[in-house]
Amino acid sequence: MNIVVPVKMVPDLVEELEVDAAGHALDRSFLKLRINEFDEHALEEALLLKATHGGTVTVLALDTGEVDETLFTCLAKGADRAVKITGDFQEGVSSHAAAVVLARALGAVPHDLILTGVQAADDRDGQVGILLATALDLPHVSVVSGVEPAPGGKAATVRQEYSGGIMAELEVDLPAVLGIQAARAAPRYAPVSKVRQVMKTQKLEEIPAPPVEAGAGSTVSRLAKPETADRAEILEGSPEEVADRLLALFAERGFLKR
Amino acid sequence: MQDLTPLNDMAVVIEHLEGKLADISFEMLGKGRELAKVSGGRLLALLLGRGVKGLAAELGAADTVVVTEHEALAHYTPEAHKQALAAILKARPPRVTLVANTAMGMDLAAGLSGSLGWPLCAYVKDARLADGRLTAVSQIYGGKLLAHADMEGPSAILSVLAGSFPADAGKATGTPQVEEVAPPPLDKVRIRFKRLIQPEAGDVDITRQAVLVSVGRGIQSKDNIPLVEELAEALGGALSASRPIVDQGWLPKTRQVGKSGMSVKPKLYVAVGISGAPEHIEGMRGAELIVAINTDPNAPIFNVAHYGVVSDLFDVIPLLTEKIKSS
Ligand SMILES: Cc1cc2nc3c(=O)[nH]c(=O)nc-3n(C[C@H](O)[C@H](O)[C@H](O)COP(=O)(O)OP(=O)(O)OC[C@H]3O[C@@H](n4cnc5c(N)ncnc54)[C@H](O)[C@@H]3O)c2cc1C
Repeated sequence: MNIVVPVKMVPDLVEELEVDAAGHALDRSFLKLRINEFDEHALEEALLLKATHGGTVTVLALDTGEVDETLFTCLAKGADRAVKITGDFQEGVSSHAAAVVLARALGAVPHDLILTGVQAADDRDGQVGILLATALDLPHVSVVSGVEPAPGGKAATVRQEYSGGIMAELEVDLPAVLGIQAARAAPRYAPVSKVRQVMKTQKLEEIPAPPVEAGAGSTVSRLAKPETADRAEILEGSPEEVADRLLALFAERGFLKR
Repeated sequence: MQDLTPLNDMAVVIEHLEGKLADISFEMLGKGRELAKVSGGRLLALLLGRGVKGLAAELGAADTVVVTEHEALAHYTPEAHKQALAAILKARPPRVTLVANTAMGMDLAAGLSGSLGWPLCAYVKDARLADGRLTAVSQIYGGKLLAHADMEGPSAILSVLAGSFPADAGKATGTPQVEEVAPPPLDKVRIRFKRLIQPEAGDVDITRQAVLVSVGRGIQSKDNIPLVEELAEALGGALSASRPIVDQGWLPKTRQVGKSGMSVKPKLYVAVGISGAPEHIEGMRGAELIVAINTDPNAPIFNVAHYGVVSDLFDVIPLLTEKIKSS
């Protein structure tokens, strides 16, 4: 089975996010990017499927900046091929445009199963996987945790997670695009030494992106931190003082009597 | 000749499971009503399924309930539902189509945007219509920023985060007009429903606890979880968690709070090392008293918490547990 995993770089949410002077977009000059965490789950599920069912895993990424190390890391984890799609993506790219670019690139990459992360922190105009499926006229299922290909590889049984812990089991004809919420095991870790070694011994494939017309279909006029009138009252002080204040709060609200 | 009448109807894709309407459906009807007042159009509720017509009686907030029934729609599947909706929407394009940003709605919203070529804004917290211009406010970057966007074109799709609008505003009695619409041919579907799997019962039911202390990825390793568990015990409550803790296999799924976990409403909810992503907040927003401990002063959890502590959990939690125990 040929599995393709498109991965995407997103701002690292642990870092402070700065908005540019115009107030429309992130200030990309200080932005630290990392792989979308749900894409790591998609890759893990792909690698586990390959381990039991054989086949290949190909990772694709648009060159939105800082993708090389991410792609080498995917190779170090066990992906067979890593393809960088080059183009003018440094200022970010809408989900609609990314989907069209990926759909074109997939014309040259065999795929029985496409696994993407269920969503990314910045896909304001929708999730890339679903838009990609629509562009390729393939079935898609989002919020998937659990993929089991049927014997013969013509279909797969997948689990879609609803709220309250309820799940639906669906049977999907392949090829299909699945938005992975969680792999069946926590994503593996590639040691830095392994990544370094892969950087020396393996190569990234590069293909240029075709020109695309698609855009987000909307224009951001303002990007800002949420202004909440009832933001938390921050308890200041040393850990000792803060613990005392919390203790007093819990006592006052009746959480300490037993 | 092209019809140049501006579109002004609002449509809401009704979400339901096992014969029960989801709360988000009412939230969207309330918002849809507000937008329809501005545009002067009708509010349409789009109800798909098999044997679901009876649910229309609960959708009194809408002017018209468009009911589409078919064997292939008996259970939710992304493909058949999307195909049916695309046909319905194409025949009567609304100005705005509201879809829930849920596991079900996610496939529909982006799928419809792709199929119909209508712009989509996801993770929507609010929407305004003024002078014919539609602005959508979407919560991105894990809830850290809000993007206000002007939507292009005559029709737009918005996928709405649960909890964005009051559900009560969309709960109205009254008898909406029911319009039955046959779906397009749905015989070539590539996704088939097999079964629903109900959650397993766990050792504790976190939805019934008065006090929950919830642990997030800030805890760093499984070995540190007892730190937080001890606090929960000292407070006479139970330990719950954010999703990544469960995905790591550190705690069972039954302890997960949030969109794909449990919705909880304890008297006290202490969030320890949890950032407050929209999917987490969805499950605990209703707690009476929320206290958050996080090293990041910009963590979105502080937007819903009543009290916050910006410090290292490893400094504060053991101290606090000690103090509670000896109080
Ligand atoms: C369809 C879907 C459904 C989902 N359902 C759920 C769900 O049901 N429940 C859920 O929780 N998530 C759910 N998620 C995942 C959600 O998007 C977030 O990824 C998740 O909530 C993040 O968990 P977290 O806050 O523990 O981790 P992170 O976002 O990584 O946050 C960790 C926090 O810990 C803080 N921290 C780090 N070190 C310390 C320290 N020493 N002391 C104090 N603070 C520290 C950091 O500042 C950070 O804010 C869902 C996602 C999707 C797409």
